[in-house]
Amino acid sequence: MQYTEVMIRYGELSTKGKNRKDFINRLASNIQKTLVDWPELEFHPRHDRMHIVLHGAPFESIDARLKRVFGIQTYSPVVTAEKNLLAIETKALELMQATFQPGMSFKVNTRRSDHQFEYDTNQLNSLIGDYLFDQMTDLKAEMKHPDLVLRIEVRRDAIYLSNQLLKGAGGMPVGTAGKAVMMLSGGIDSPVASYLALKRGVDIEMVHFFSPPYTTDKALAKAKELTGILANYSGKINFIAVPFAEIQETIKEKLPEGYLMTIQRRFMLRLADLIRAKRGGKAIINGESIGQVASQTLDSMIAINDVTAMPVLRPVVTMDKNEIIALAEKIGTFDLSIAPFEDCCTIFAPPRPKTKPKLDKARLYEQELDINGLVERALAGIQVTPIYPNQQFLHNKSAEDADLL
Amino acid sequence: MIYFDNSATTQIYPEVLATYDQVATKIWGNPSSLHRLGDRAHQLLEASRQQVAQLLNVTAPEIIFTSGGTESNNMAIKGTAIQKREFGKHIITSSVEHPSVANAFNELEQLGWRVTRLPVDRSGRVRVADLKQRLDSDTTLVSIMGVNNEVGAIQPIAEISDLLVNYPNVMFHVDNVQALGKNLWSQVFTPRVDLTSLSAHKFHAPRGVGILYKKTGKMLTPLAEGGGQERGLRSGTENLAAIAGMAKAIRLLLTDEVAKAEREAAIKAKIDHFLRALPGVTVFSNDDATFTPHILCFALSGIRGETLVHTLEAHDIYTSTTSACSSKTADEASTLSAMHVQAKLATSAIRLSFDESNTLAEADQFIAVFSDIYHHFAKINHLGE
Repeated sequence: MQYTEVMIRYGELSTKGKNRKDFINRLASNIQKTLVDWPELEFHPRHDRMHIVLHGAPFESIDARLKRVFGIQTYSPVVTAEKNLLAIETKALELMQATFQPGMSFKVNTRRSDHQFEYDTNQLNSLIGDYLFDQMTDLKAEMKHPDLVLRIEVRRDAIYLSNQLLKGAGGMPVGTAGKAVMMLSGGIDSPVASYLALKRGVDIEMVHFFSPPYTTDKALAKAKELTGILANYSGKINFIAVPFAEIQETIKEKLPEGYLMTIQRRFMLRLADLIRAKRGGKAIINGESIGQVASQTLDSMIAINDVTAMPVLRPVVTMDKNEIIALAEKIGTFDLSIAPFEDCCTIFAPPRPKTKPKLDKARLYEQELDINGLVERALAGIQVTPIYPNQQFLHNKSAEDADLL
Repeated sequence: MIYFDNSATTQIYPEVLATYDQVATKIWGNPSSLHRLGDRAHQLLEASRQQVAQLLNVTAPEIIFTSGGTESNNMAIKGTAIQKREFGKHIITSSVEHPSVANAFNELEQLGWRVTRLPVDRSGRVRVADLKQRLDSDTTLVSIMGVNNEVGAIQPIAEISDLLVNYPNVMFHVDNVQALGKNLWSQVFTPRVDLTSLSAHKFHAPRGVGILYKKTGKMLTPLAEGGGQERGLRSGTENLAAIAGMAKAIRLLLTDEVAKAEREAAIKAKIDHFLRALPGVTVFSNDDATFTPHILCFALSGIRGETLVHTLEAHDIYTSTTSACSSKTADEASTLSAMHVQAKLATSAIRLSFDESNTLAEADQFIAVFSDIYHHFAKINHLGE
């Protein structure tokens, strides 16, 4: 079925008084970015809804992208008809045949803003309802809880018909809550935390620590590919790879084993905070969940969080592992997250890390190290890669493969 | 030269040979090696698997690369029988299978399994009612070929699938070595099929490589233990150059599949029409939808198949006594005897097998040559008198 346009209804943001204009503009630009592959589209953001005129673009492909744009509450594909009864009947039948499944019930719901039109709402409801009833088999009329509501809007320029109300992703348009850095390891939790941050409108940049030769290129590729999955929700995410092997080797060489993990985490947070400051972020987000591992106890959080005064947000902090996994499966990161490549959190993990490290001891031990030198060298080695939706890094079929096969 | 023996083997596609050559020359690392060369090989291996899966409309982990049809069949049959031996030791096949299936069943029979070999009707097809009758609570495996290699009968795999839906614990294997690329795949590869075998050299790819499709969740006992390649089911360093070549060959094979199959059917129909008019000729492959378009099996009464093959060969036309695998033994064709064709007539049978490389002009040439041969033999044997 070739639809004429898509009507988008905003979510929560309709209620936010004075920032509303910013929200709408941001949402419009996010939608435009995600639909960039169809240059023929025409966008009309208005204060209560947005119209996208399709000009022949396929709704099915656009639908798949719109599902992932935060800030959309519901949306409907719409067809227009000329302002005469025959045209309305033809389009209504076409629309119903495209979406109807045997046994469904329906009703017609007409609204009329053009009161000059020759039929009023009640007349249209019954004329179109009768017509469909005659033309289609198995159709049931049902006024109270129909499966399909055929909405007909009579406006000045044309008649608009739709019969689907599709659920959007909800949440807030990405970017409306500002920018933050996200500490992405490559495990199950941090991609879920990323998704939740994006859902609340936070624009994120990934900070990923890698430690060659202790970690492989594949671990890095895996983190990038996870970012590619998450980029579906925001259009593009910058991926910042931070070399971490020198810091890990130095800590391992010089400090007592019980504090290896705590001090490593302090360095990670310190680096993430410096990157945040340089790139204009307002928070640091990570995938910590209370008590899951030694570094995620409240005592550890005290000993680690000490290096920054900025907000450290933990979207999955109170979630159970099962809940996190369920969400990871829903957003499509789970299968990749469990691919077995060691990341920098698992190497150099001491056999018995302190679950209750002391802040003063962490501070004291750290003084042995050339903190500034280590941090500066790590920052000097960072690589920033912009990553786009579904970009592949791990098993990308190379051009050579395509040629051979 | 006219090559009408494509069910024995096919000529490799030049594009596939080029792939084989490039991979063997440049991407020769062991896919299991950790370093970059191994990675590169592993990537191509998985890309090949992905492509094969996509073309067969299955998922990549369901594709196991083997050394060919014989290994795939042995692995499917013995691997299932052993895996399920605690649940029962009754296994069912047909009486017209390729020796790699038939002999695997013979071996299991000697090892203590109870084997049922279903009879076939006069056109070489098993009857679903027979199968239904023979299934019992000890049955663990049914193995029926998709397309018969000797006469080309398409077995009623869809109907068997419908029956076996009610027997979810029975593993269903289909030897589909003759069936790919003939526009009949959906008839012989249904969602109920658990295992299916393919052989690369039957579709213009190198020897020594094949596929066993194994549905997700189904278990097999591997035949060879080793380094655990192919998810532990088929150990041994992967034959990457041949695998990549095979993946490419399937893509080429399935391009314009319908048009190719129609042309093969036209060749078969033309020769079939000609042969049926000759007294003393018996055609075993019907010219209808229950037979594959690419196999034509017939006999000229009183002339041994071998004699006919060599006579045609003298005219640079290459054919086969019913199956290349059994053609060097003196036995009559097993499929024909299962179809209750008289032994004397069965030993006269030859098989023509067509392919996308054949043309209608070749059919005309064949008819011209065969007319001469026929008149010669007909005179000696007083045919048509």
